[in-house]
Amino acid sequence: MQLKKSHNTPRNIRRQLAAATCGLLAGAGHAGGLVASGNNWKIDSALLIYAEKDRVALVEPVLSLSKEIDDDEFINVRIVADVLTGASPNGAVPADTPQTFTTPSGKSTYTEAANTTPLDDTFKDSRGALNVEWDTPLGNNLRGTFGGNFSNEHDYLSTGFSANFAQDINQRHTTLALGLSFNNDTVSPEGGVPVGLTVMPVYPGVKATDGSKQDKTVKEVLFGVTQIIDRSSLMQLNYSRGQSDGYLTDPYKILSVLEDDGTGNLRGTTPYVYESRPDQRNYQILFWKGVHQLPNENVLNLSYRYFWDDWGIQSHTVDLRYRFDFAGGHYLQPHLRYYQQAQADFYRQTLIDGEETTLAYASADYRLGEFTTQTIGVKYGYQFHNGAELNLRVEMIEQNGKDRSADAIGKLQNQQLFPDNEAYLLQAGVSLDSDMIINYVLGLFK
Amino acid sequence: MIKTFLLAAGIGASLSACSLEPVQPWDRDILAQQKMQLVADPLETYLDEHIYFSKEASSGGQGVGGGGCGCN
Repeated sequence: MQLKKSHNTPRNIRRQLAAATCGLLAGAGHAGGLVASGNNWKIDSALLIYAEKDRVALVEPVLSLSKEIDDDEFINVRIVADVLTGASPNGAVPADTPQTFTTPSGKSTYTEAANTTPLDDTFKDSRGALNVEWDTPLGNNLRGTFGGNFSNEHDYLSTGFSANFAQDINQRHTTLALGLSFNNDTVSPEGGVPVGLTVMPVYPGVKATDGSKQDKTVKEVLFGVTQIIDRSSLMQLNYSRGQSDGYLTDPYKILSVLEDDGTGNLRGTTPYVYESRPDQRNYQILFWKGVHQLPNENVLNLSYRYFWDDWGIQSHTVDLRYRFDFAGGHYLQPHLRYYQQAQADFYRQTLIDGEETTLAYASADYRLGEFTTQTIGVKYGYQFHNGAELNLRVEMIEQNGKDRSADAIGKLQNQQLFPDNEAYLLQAGVSLDSDMIINYVLGLFK
Repeated sequence: MIKTFLLAAGIGASLSACSLEPVQPWDRDILAQQKMQLVADPLETYLDEHIYFSKEASSGGQGVGGGGCGCN
């Protein structure tokens, strides 16, 4: 890294000096990472491949570009695409006979074999997303980051804005943070928005709809404090609260309706209804994180999150990353994550005939149930002397639902009502800057 | 609710009280390293948050903004 003298191009002196100091003390290229400065763009890219056993698969490339546009003032652009295919549980329970469902569009049907979890295999989607952030000094030890985001898929549109302020106090040992965000999303489901708790019609019948699209808004505020503990440790504590309003239901999820006779048999006619959720959700989050570097230069990164809302969901998340640094720029970083959530008040695995007319809300979406998620993974990275980095991450994610077969009605006790879900992810990443690319290209012509 | 605020206030107070060692600007070489940042790899964090947002009923905590998607 060079500190070039220039009167025309802005220079991020503070960051460059920090990086230079790190380079001197810790070995070039193994400390401060890349710095966007002057005409140099910092480029981060990653490709994620995510696959669930017998369910969805996702491919998601991400590109992030950062540039210093004025002294200590940056613009960051993140471009994301993702392609999703495969099958997703539709909310219905397994039965001892094959089950036929009408697709969300109402144009066809799909049939699930007996004694298997019903999966909607018409699940396909592609998405493009853009996020732009402007990070600027605002005054005495105060920084602001202002962002806009846009995301589009064939049945979902999301736009949002955010503002984050960070004030350093206490001789820069403490940073106070305030974050505000607002999102406005529009869902335009295949075949229109189903009316909650009305029946899924037998093909070629048409479902009752409430228009072709619905909106929701999400407002969030965050208060945070980051504290330097000593030369090699810091901690962060955030409190957030948020409110979602509008259409919060999943238009593609249904519930099975059973006969009111204790047998566990599906209702004779139209045994499925569309789910329905409240039109408001208030949630709060406490988030703590600690980062500590050991004398051997390994780094421990530990976080804990407590989340609770007025739907009855409470969750605990512990995330641990431990980075082993090796000579020559190699590092290995094992990752463990544990998540546990309680179910929503209106979560139901099934309904009994008639309940769909008396209940206000009901959902069999497994994501609102009681379950745990365990993640184990490892990341390998290699940092070149010029600061560029290559990395590769492999992880396994397992979700285990609380088995409630004993509480199930009649013959449903013989079915697996909350099957485990297993997923694998593979991520490859490259970080470099535009100077490296230019120098490489110029080198080709020498 | 009140308990939660008291807990948060307690943790916050202990956070600010446990800066036992003033760290001078010229001693911040370790804290300036990329691997010591609260979010050391923003893209990895973004992808993780996207996955768990689509698979779990909780999200957020670390920051605000970043946008929504139809995956949940």
